Amino acid sequence: MSRIAARFESLRARARTALIPFVTAGDPDPATTVPLMHAMVAAGADLIELGVPFSDPIADGPVIQRATERALANGIALSDVIAMVRAFRATDAQTPVVLMGYLNPIEVMGYAQFAAQAAAAGVDGALVVDVPPEEGHDLVGALRAQGLDLVYLLAPTSTEQRIRRIGAAASGFVYYVSVKGVTGAGHLDLAGVAERLGVIKSLIPLPVGVGFGIKDAATAAQVAHLADAVIVGSAIVSRIEDLAATPQRIPAVIGDFLSGLRAAMDGADRG
Amino acid sequence: MATQPATMADTIDDRRSRADVRARTPYHWPDADGHFGPYGGLFVPETLMQPLTELREAYERYLSDPQFQAELDADLQDYVGRPSPIYLAARWSRELGGARIFLKREDLNHTGAHKINNTVGQALLARRMGKTRIIAETGAGQHGVASATVAARLGLECVVYMGEVDVARQEANVYRMRLLGARVVPVKSGSRTLKDALNEAMRDWVTNIDNTFYIIGTVAGPHPYPAMVRDFQSVIGREARAQMLARTGRLPDALVACVGGGSNAIGLFYPFIEDAEVAMYGIEAAGDGLATGRHAAPLNAGRPGVLHGNRTYLMEDSNGQIIETHSVSAGLDYPGVGPEHAWLKDTGRACYDAITDDEALAAFHSLTLTEGIIPALESSHALAYAAKLAPTMRREQSILVNLSGRGDKDMHTVAKHEGLIL
Repeated sequence: MSRIAARFESLRARARTALIPFVTAGDPDPATTVPLMHAMVAAGADLIELGVPFSDPIADGPVIQRATERALANGIALSDVIAMVRAFRATDAQTPVVLMGYLNPIEVMGYAQFAAQAAAAGVDGALVVDVPPEEGHDLVGALRAQGLDLVYLLAPTSTEQRIRRIGAAASGFVYYVSVKGVTGAGHLDLAGVAERLGVIKSLIPLPVGVGFGIKDAATAAQVAHLADAVIVGSAIVSRIEDLAATPQRIPAVIGDFLSGLRAAMDGADRG
Repeated sequence: MATQPATMADTIDDRRSRADVRARTPYHWPDADGHFGPYGGLFVPETLMQPLTELREAYERYLSDPQFQAELDADLQDYVGRPSPIYLAARWSRELGGARIFLKREDLNHTGAHKINNTVGQALLARRMGKTRIIAETGAGQHGVASATVAARLGLECVVYMGEVDVARQEANVYRMRLLGARVVPVKSGSRTLKDALNEAMRDWVTNIDNTFYIIGTVAGPHPYPAMVRDFQSVIGREARAQMLARTGRLPDALVACVGGGSNAIGLFYPFIEDAEVAMYGIEAAGDGLATGRHAAPLNAGRPGVLHGNRTYLMEDSNGQIIETHSVSAGLDYPGVGPEHAWLKDTGRACYDAITDDEALAAFHSLTLTEGIIPALESSHALAYAAKLAPTMRREQSILVNLSGRGDKDMHTVAKHEGLIL
């Protein structure tokens, strides 16, 4: 069983909704990322999404675009991100890590190379935003050969036919994009999310995470009622941006923020 | 797949050989999934997949709808001013020596470039699909103007994304778009040029998918855009083929067109693809020179990758980050290229070369002085190549150059190169 599947199984046994923070690797500087990952785990993160910077992030709003630009200014490449996961794994063998980004850096490295290096470093899966199942065949093959999961997105525009197809292609979990828009967009329509999650869960057996638009503890708690995982990105990344001049404070501040989300979600789980 | 490719090169070669097995005679790319051999495809976030399916279905439906086609033909004739003539540049040809050079006068179209052929078509489609809002990206501003123009005519809201750098160097076109009622949004992210305008338009589309139609201006982007824009632009080649036969009794020996994204080039080439005796030359922007790295010539100096929804040749660094491009011509300043051009390059059906800023400017002046035609800087790249090619050919041979746009928009840029401020 993959580390991701094992983690969701143990969470289910404890009736706990997963908290999945997203941060861009190398933002605001390369030295902050690994200590930040450990701080997030200590604060209650169950899985970490680590953003791989790409020059043309078409699915990201301004907050993550700026994080990407900071990371690229630090010269962060895909191989550096993989090295950060290797460093993280030196003291954390349990927490799954999923790399989230765009296809081109993986194309340049080569699918098989990427899968081999990522697996060796302790990466558990990849979410490649611009690869739908229609184009994912070769990439899935390369990742599966190394025991890595390919996490797919679902969107409010996904038809039932597409949901089934994505359910069949995905492994680990699926990521429901709760709003039509880019990361950090607007506010989330809870009733609409509940309705779509009902459809998704009736069609595919994998755990379903919900992200895009979860900005605070109250929303996280509400989504925790509905989903298997709550994914928070821009709300964390904007706090990192505020602290870019004092990066040594970032792990503690983000840890406090996540603890607040975790507490609100756990209250929701118990309720 | 039976074996996993070890490198990017293997991946592409492998896909290429699979594609060759399915080689199509007669030529009819893309395949059902939008692939031109290993290129093209649909590399977009999930939110856009269903809207792109709806667009493809609508496009396929109207492609064979006589009423839609009749409406399109009428608009092309009465509003755009088609057919555009072919013109024998007799004096310029004599001066150069060798083959006779004909110009396909897309510069005479309404709004001054070939871009309107496509926006007229996509706007009709938008209206049939019930969309009330149009968005577009633009580099030189020609596609933005062409989009704002059709939006004004159909009473549709129009938002144009334009890199901040391009807004500064194409002020006149920005003003034209505003006069036409469009909102021009300067894009401040990344390199602040055409590629970033495209990123921002994609973000707008994903956010406003219900009422918005995204008019992509070139033969790039996710399927069905490369095929759809090619089909709308193919009117150029269909007319030119018939006009050359009527005028000279035979097909031209060579076609020359500039390539940024490549819509005017594919529009000219496509109806000639099966005419094996017609050579095709796509001309990219060599900027300061290919050796300097300051250029916009992915087919000449890039390698395959994935950007803006399709796999194609890109200008990228060794980590797969897209790099900044340079050209004196804003309309060629793009790090990718339409996937069909990538395929025509690999199959050898078309040749792709590059022309520097200085060579393009020289051709700009040369045509202006000998023929009284002021070409766009984009088209000047094609002209500069034709000026090199003609003397290597015989007098009875002919070259057809796509004069894709007029140079009025470039007065400030050219004057600046001469040290003048207008």
